[in-house]
Amino acid sequence: MPVISSTRDPEARSLTIVCEFAAPVERIWELWEDPRQLEKWWCPEPYPATFETHDLRPGGTSSYYSTGPNGELQRAWWATTAVDKPRRIEFDGGLADNDTREPDPDGRMHGTVGFEPIETGTRMTSVTVFDSVPYMEKMLGFGHEEGSKQALGQIDALLVSAGA
Amino acid sequence: MVVNKSDQLADAEVDRIFHALADATRRDIVTRVLRRPHSVSELAAGYAMSFAAVQKHVAVLERAALVSKTKRGREQLVRGEVDTVARATELLRAYEQLWHARAEGIDALLAAERVSDPGATGAADSANDTNKTD
Repeated sequence: MPVISSTRDPEARSLTIVCEFAAPVERIWELWEDPRQLEKWWCPEPYPATFETHDLRPGGTSSYYSTGPNGELQRAWWATTAVDKPRRIEFDGGLADNDTREPDPDGRMHGTVGFEPIETGTRMTSVTVFDSVPYMEKMLGFGHEEGSKQALGQIDALLVSAGA
Repeated sequence: MVVNKSDQLADAEVDRIFHALADATRRDIVTRVLRRPHSVSELAAGYAMSFAAVQKHVAVLERAALVSKTKRGREQLVRGEVDTVARATELLRAYEQLWHARAEGIDALLAAERVSDPGATGAADSANDTNKTD
């Protein structure tokens, strides 16, 4: 299992993932820098990614889309904000309009990825912060239905505790 | 909203929630708007009472933070409020799964390289290893 630890901070809307890979830092960096390699893992099956542009330099932008099992397409944007090759990448990203390719104004996420050499290869630490819960909801493609079930459960719990 | 942190809620807030949910119409409104947002007029069409009466029920639910109202054009859209921290946890779990899949994907790519070029530990090494045949 490449994932060593995973930490959710719901109040900060952030996720920190630490992974270790049996390859040198330079090799792992290539997996981020080369769009043909990046698209092999960025959007796992069944939603493979296609990067039309990818520029992993400070101020560089990337444009990609994922294709769903029924051919449905979702465009996304990525703006690299800071790079310290091969130690650190920072970027903003989010959904993009499928026609205009403009970033969705509703929100964004910020990613910081660090790479450090370890005896067995590379430790990669990814920190993602979403700017709002509704945007997380939108980005992660959840319908309102899920939220409803949860909220109804909350009300049930509330009524049960009132009866107790 | 509430529940997970109900011990931290002030008594007055709890009173407002119970008062709000003590009425069958208001419980019905909450159930409806949690499924999807409704306009006040849309809600009013579903009950044998005046628009103003429905509006009053919505206001009670709003004071208890069970629903929120937003303007959409000339309409007021009523939606159910869910516990944002609990919702964030649930969404982060889903995002965590995505990252697990990404990490597995990277691992699989690296493993495939090792199979096709067993002597190489990475691209930097294999580049120097010009005599090797696959």
